[in-house]
Formats: sequence, C-alpha cells, structure tokens
Amino acid sequence: MIRLCRLENETLSSVATKDINISEVSEHTVEIITNSGEGAQKCAQIFGQTCAKMGNGVWTVEIIPAEIEPPHHTVTSTSGNIIRFGTDKVTNWGDQSKLAVAFNDQVLLSRHRLDSLHDNCIILQESLWENHEDEDIRRMYREAMEEMSSKNYRFVNVPIEEEALKIVSNPSHGKNMFALGLLAEIYQRDVSIIERQIAHIFRLKSQKVIDSNIELVKAGAAWARENLDFQFHIPSVPAEEERIVMNGNQACGLGSIAAGMELCSMYPITPATSVSHELAEVIENYGGIVHQAEDEIAAAGVAIGASYAGKVALTVTSGPGMALKTEFIALAIMVEVPLVVLDVQRGGPSTGLPTKVEQSDLLSSIYGQPGDAPRVVIAPRSIEECFHSMVTARRIAETFRTVVIVLTDANLATGVQQFTRPELDVRWQQGPIDQSPVPEGLRPYEWDPKTGMSRRIIPGMPGGAHTVTGLAHDELSLVSYHPSGNELGMRMRSRKLAVFQSTLMPPEVHGDEEGDLLVVGWGSTHGAIEEAVDRARAEGRKVSSCQLTFLSPLEPGIKDIFSKFDKVMTVEINYSDTVGDPYITEETRRYGQLAWLLRAHTLIDIDCWTSCPGQPLRPKDIYQNIIAKLEPSQDIEIGEAS
Amino acid sequence: MSSLAISLLDLEADAGVCFEAEDYQKRPGKWCAGCGDFGALNAVKRLLAKEQLQPDRMVFVSGIGCSSRFPHYVNAYGFHGIHGRALPLASGIKLARPELDVFVVTGDGDCVSIGAGHWIHAIRYNMNMVVMLLDNNIYGLTKNQTSPTTPLGYSSMTSPHGAQLPALDPLQATLGVSNASFVAQTADWVPAHLYATLEAAYDHPGFSFIRILQRCPKFTPDIFEQAVKDPARTELLVHEDGVDPPGLEKLYEARREHDPKDIDEARSLARRDDMIRLGVFFRDDSLPVYEEVRAVPKVTPQEKINRLNKEFERYAV
Ligand SMILES: Cc1ncc(C[n+]2csc(CCOP(=O)(O)OP(=O)(O)O)c2C)c(N)n1
Ligand SMILES: [Mg+2]
Repeated sequence: MIRLCRLENETLSSVATKDINISEVSEHTVEIITNSGEGAQKCAQIFGQTCAKMGNGVWTVEIIPAEIEPPHHTVTSTSGNIIRFGTDKVTNWGDQSKLAVAFNDQVLLSRHRLDSLHDNCIILQESLWENHEDEDIRRMYREAMEEMSSKNYRFVNVPIEEEALKIVSNPSHGKNMFALGLLAEIYQRDVSIIERQIAHIFRLKSQKVIDSNIELVKAGAAWARENLDFQFHIPSVPAEEERIVMNGNQACGLGSIAAGMELCSMYPITPATSVSHELAEVIENYGGIVHQAEDEIAAAGVAIGASYAGKVALTVTSGPGMALKTEFIALAIMVEVPLVVLDVQRGGPSTGLPTKVEQSDLLSSIYGQPGDAPRVVIAPRSIEECFHSMVTARRIAETFRTVVIVLTDANLATGVQQFTRPELDVRWQQGPIDQSPVPEGLRPYEWDPKTGMSRRIIPGMPGGAHTVTGLAHDELSLVSYHPSGNELGMRMRSRKLAVFQSTLMPPEVHGDEEGDLLVVGWGSTHGAIEEAVDRARAEGRKVSSCQLTFLSPLEPGIKDIFSKFDKVMTVEINYSDTVGDPYITEETRRYGQLAWLLRAHTLIDIDCWTSCPGQPLRPKDIYQNIIAKLEPSQDIEIGEAS
Repeated sequence: MSSLAISLLDLEADAGVCFEAEDYQKRPGKWCAGCGDFGALNAVKRLLAKEQLQPDRMVFVSGIGCSSRFPHYVNAYGFHGIHGRALPLASGIKLARPELDVFVVTGDGDCVSIGAGHWIHAIRYNMNMVVMLLDNNIYGLTKNQTSPTTPLGYSSMTSPHGAQLPALDPLQATLGVSNASFVAQTADWVPAHLYATLEAAYDHPGFSFIRILQRCPKFTPDIFEQAVKDPARTELLVHEDGVDPPGLEKLYEARREHDPKDIDEARSLARRDDMIRLGVFFRDDSLPVYEEVRAVPKVTPQEKINRLNKEFERYAV
C-alpha cells in the first residue's frame, strides 16, 4: 500500500518502501498533548534534543495548564509540547501542527478549539476512550469527535496505555516514552541518541528506570513500524560550528554567569522563576548565590545594595514584580548604581495570564517610574540573544552607572532552540572590586558635562566616604534643592543615554531597504515576523522588516529607515484598539506600545497590528495582516492570532 | 622587603591614626533643637571612636524620615535610600561585602509600618549589622501623622480624635520572630545606657536590633516627658551578658536581673506595660548569620570560564 501524504507548501517526494510511504518534507510541527503530569515535557525534551543532535533546526514550545494539578481528561488539563523542526534553522513555533500524539480526546479538543492543528493533521490518538466502559467517557469522546469532524484530521488509534502497561505498572510513567518511540519511528530518529538522553535525564534514578524507559521507546517504535503506513523524512544538515540547545530562561541564567554576576536576588514569579532554578543549581560553583527575598521590592533592594557595594547583581522578575520594583529602580537611577533587571514578560494587567506570552511591559519599563528616570531597555530577539543580552546589560549598566532592563517573554523563556556555542571571554567576568584610594578631591558625581558620566566610588575605597541619596543632590552628593542643581542632575542622567545611543548602530533591515511596507517588531517576535515577511516577499511583495533590540534609547537612524517605505506597521503581542470598533476612530485609537513609542520618536504615522492571545504570534497571522495592510481594499479576513 | 611586610607597615601606620568621636561627625545634624536623634548620633560617634572604625570601611544605611537623615551626618559611607527599604539595601551590602561594618538607621514609620515586611525578614536572615530604630511614636518628617507605635488615643494630624488602635510594640514583634538574635531597648535621654547598648549591639555577631525611645520635641513632646522626669517609671534590665552601665544605679533604682538568654522572660517583660524597660531583652550569639550561611568559595574569572565551558557540555547538540 502506498499513500502520499500531501502537505501544503512543502516539497514532497514519495519514496515507496514495502508498504510504508515516506514523505520528504523540509519541516514539520508535532504536538504531544496529555494531561498534566503525564510526562509530555520529558518526551518532547528528548525528542527535541535528538532532532537538534541529528542536525535539524528545532524550536519547542510548552503548552502549560494554568493549574498545577487540573482535573484529568478535561479541556483545561492540557499539558504538552509543540516541537517544530526542519532542515534549516527554525526561529519560531510556526503556524499549526501537522502531527499530534494525544493521550485523550479532551486535551485534543482543547487544541482543536485553539485552531492549533493543521486541517490535515495526523492524530495518533489513545484508543482507550472510544469503547471505554464508562458511558460518560464514551459520550465525551463521541462529542469531541463530532466537534472535530469539521476538519480533515486523520485519526490513527493507538493503544498507548495498553502497550505501556506491558512494560510498566503505572501507565502515567510510561506512556510518554511509548509516544516518544512512535515519533522516533515516524521521523527515523537515531535511537542511540535517544537512549543516551534517557540515561542523562534519569541519571539520578535507578538503572531499572532507565532500562524500562528505553524498552518503552523501543516498544513505541516497534508498534509504529508494524501498524503505520507513513513516515516523514526531514533532511538535516549537520552544523559546522558547535552548538548548544536550551530555553531562553536557561540562556539568561547562564548568560548572567558568563557576565560575571555573582548575586541574583529574586522572588518567585512565573514565567521568570526558572531562571533562578537554573541559577540556583549551578551559581555557587561560580562564587555566586541566588537570594530568594521576601518580595520583589526587597529583591531589588538587595541587588542594589550589593551592586552599590561593588558586586555585579541581577534581579529577575515578571510584570507584577516589575511594578513592585518601580521605586527601587528609580532609586538606582538617581544614585547611579548599576543594576540589571530581567523582566520575563507575561500576560497582564494584574495577575493576567501568568504562564503566557505578552509584550506589554515596554512602556512601563521605559517610563514606569516617579519623575524622570532615564534607563536602558533592551529586548533580545532570540534565545541566543538572551544569553548575550546579559553580558551586554552588565557592561552597559556599569559603564553608564545606570539601570538596564532586559525584556524577554514567556515565549523566549520556555522556547527551546539551538544556537552557536558562545565563545566565552574572561573580560566579561568581574575583576576584583576596585578598592584603590579615591584621588584627592574627586567628587562622588564628578559629571563630565559632555557625557554625564562620572567615576564610581565603591565603599571601602580610602578617602571616598560619602552618602548617596535618593534626594536631589549635587556633585558632592549633598542634598540640594537648588533649581539649577536639580536640572543639572536631570541633564547629566539623561545625557548618559545619549552618549550610549551614539555607540549604537542603526538596526538592520530584513529585505530591501525600500518598499511598500516595513514591518517593525521587537523582541521575541523576530522569527515569526521574518518568516511572514519572507512568505510575502516570495510572492513578489515589497515588504521588509526591522526588529528592534534597543528600545531605550532607540537605535539611531530609525526615521531614515522608515522614510524609505510607503507604510510602516508594528507587529506586537500587546493590546491596541481597532479603528471602526465602537467609539474607536483614528483619533481615539490606542496604539500598540512600540507603535506609540515610534510615532512619538519619528512623527511618522505608524500603524500597528497587535494581538494578545496569550500565545506567540503565528507567521500566517502576521502574513495575513501584511497583505491586509498592503491591499486594504481586498476583502481579506484579518486574522486574530490563533 | 616583601610586599607583605610593606602592607604590615601600612597597617601600623593606619593604627597610628587615632580617631576622636568628633572625627566621625561629617557635618552638624540638622534636626530640631531637643530632638532625640542627636543623642543617638553622639552615642554612635563614641562607639566608632572606641572601636576606631575606619570611615571607609563602614556603611550607614537608612530609609526616609527625620531619623533617616542620620547617614548624612556621619563620616562614613552612607546610603540614604527610600522609605521603608533600608534593610534590603543593607542586606545586599552585607551579602556582597561581609567585611564592611553595616549600621542601619530607621524610624517607626520606616521600620514598623512601610518597611514591616523587610524588618520581620531581616530579623530572620540574622545578618551581622546594628539596627537602630529611632522610635518617636510619630511620623516626624511628614509632620505629625500617626505611626504604628503611636499610643492609643494620642492625637495627630491623621487621627485628630486620637489613635484608634493600640500601639504595635516593636520589641514584642521582634522577639516573636524566629531566629531573632539580639533585641534591646534604650532611650535617647539616658546617654550612658544608649552608648552601652550600642556597644553590646556592635559586639553581637548578628542582627542587633535596638529600639531607641526618641523624643520628638515638635510633635510628641509629652509622650516621654513623664519617663524623663521620673526615673522611677523606668526599670533597667541588667545582667553580665546584657548591659549595666556604671553610674546609673542612683538615678534608676528599679533594676531587674534578666538573663538575655531567657527568651520566655524576655517576651513576658516586653508584654508588660507597667514600666519602661531598658536593657538587653534577648541575645544569642550562637545563631548563624546569613552572610556566612550563604558564603561560597571565591572562584577566579578564568576558572569560571572553564567551568562554564564544561557546563555547556550539558547543553551540547
Ligand atoms: C513611598 C513613600 N511613602 C511615603 C513617603 C512620605 N514619608 C516620608 S518619611 C515618612 C514617615 C517618617 O516617619 P518615621 O519613619 O517615623 O521617621 P521620623 O521622621 O519620625 O524620624 C513618610 C510617610 C515617602 N517618602 N515615600
Ligand atoms: Mg518616627
């Protein structure tokens, strides 16, 4: 039997073997969807690692339920992973999944309702429920199947639990590895790599556990070999340079070690916490500690205190924690103590969407302080940049005696991608704390009138004793209410940013330097935006994009770049009004945050398409909105990101 | 001569410099005439001179309030921070640089109200620092608002008909926190006692919390008036492990032997409001300090790079 699996936009070639059809595709997106606690993460982690080791580009995303232990077999219990992998580099989670392994109909249904599955998605579904003895379960199954019949999904029933029970007594601890075996066979993964991964992940467990997990993988693979008539082949190009693979929070954590940071003070908050998990495990080998403070305010205070005393300190949080740190951040700016703040953005306002992605902290990060408190805000665009941003942030903070806020988000935090192994430089590390005598007559804020910069004096330096204060102060750090003195301080703190800006390069344009539309984004949307732009460009459309990394101060030359395009539109994961909605006109409309900033900065009539679905943006939605912007007359459905 | 010998010579040269109390005064305190904060500043200057502390090797940290102006007047490094948050700053300094002497000056609003969370946790961290709560029972700097320690019924601008709630007692609160290691009370108008208490606090290896009853001539002139005028209302807690400054026996006849190791007695004494009690309520020098609990071996920059390169193996593709 030979069957051709037709998949859109992909080169297909069918290689007939005995009775298995192998489709060659340039990329695929796979979902593993389970109840929480059924081990989807481990399965995906090993699968993703294996793909990366085999030379594929990989991006994985976690599907996280809001509760720790939600009731099983419900649409709210969905936990899982999406793995997108391909021949080339993969920069985002893509559009929809082409293949799914589902442990029950309800978790699958939740994915269907989110429009996460491709119309022709192949679904390997647990066969237990269709004919279950419990009438309620059978009914739920029937209703779910009915609801999903609107799509052309191809269902394959797999006795996942039954097969797992042949090897382990508790199927919850085995189904995931059986599923991994299915995937290994379908995508011809190298089982020896999988075995090594299993041995590593379960290294703290007994050999018996390792053996039974390997046995499960083999059983899954064998089942697929015997029962499935299709496979996919995704060619891989082994990387020339050495690469590492990790998520954005791990990258930030290791980046902070590479940057010589020896204190991370934090208070747990999703999705930032895992940075401290990562650090807590290893930082003490690097002479540093993670200090879990009593709240985010204290976490900021401890970091500022340590930094004032000469250590390089970091505080890590997410939106609600940023709000609490506000007053301390202003203090650090006022007393000119270097500080690095990492904000792993989540959905807001208030407690919002704790586990989900959003880019809504941009303006509050730049402006959210009492008074004028200029600081640097940067947004890494990839997991690789997460790593390097920590080194950059520390350098800027110390050179300019200021606060650097690094904005990542839940997409980068939990997304896993491989990147070139960084070449570490010992100069990134902290040398001994400066305890040389303070030159006679040096003032605590000896501002260079041209640059606003001044030499930092650290406690312990002989002859330097002075008191820093959050009150307005003069160059001697004496409290001063003098009108011109206050203005001088303001000017000097601001001037530093101008000096810093002068060291930046104009942002790069992806695509031609002129055209009909320029799409501007920031941070984690980089990959999805470029993929959408490339799709439009392949059709001959004159679209380019530009992904900003430095948000405060902005990179130079932006106005020049924008002026070469007919239209400029930001794409962001945050809220903006839609003209035509009740009460919303061009005049009343609230814009996306970057659009707001750029409109003020350039005086150009910049539009925006934003969406805050609690998910990363999909290239196809961005693409649709590019088309809609280019051809407003055409009646194209403007997609809300799914 | 080796460089070691040279640095020893330097040390001797340093030792030759002798600081007088007045050398620690950076500039005159700008508090109201009769403010109790002057008494605290004088006692601190005496302590620094006694210990011959290097101005460059200590940091005075404060929040916001009249009392929190303190660091500006001391010849030392100082960090005049934000309202209520002196303790996190001080903790960060101590974590980063355990070798520096850290002093914290805070007010009753600063510590017991807006900074209460940090206060409770700082007691528990037990880092080696001296914490002076200058308790005038009122918000001074913002001009006469009720504080958590304002006595029940006492009127202020925010409670013109009198404070509606009983005062929060900082001693009871501190003594109630797990890991408290030094809790004392003294008063600005008994300089010998204030000084002796500071000495004991500095001597204690841990978080030394001193509540200093502090007169505010402007807004609460009457609160401590009786106590100042009538020493019989004050009982001194004395013990060889606590404080018993000479020369006070005559004036303060009410004396009680209290062993600062006895936490139960300390708590029950703190609960009683029949008299003002000055002395060391509790002291335990054996409790671990957080900066030592968290101390990790130093690693050279090059070694860090080597280790991180190894770490990457875990993530290698
Ligand atoms: C966040 C914040 N809230 C309020 C204030 C205003 N404020 C400054 S000092 C103070 C109270 C000071 O009282 P206390 O701590 O008892 O010090 P005192 O002046 O009595 O020595 C207040 C409310 C502030 N500076 N910051
Ligand atoms: Mg007060």
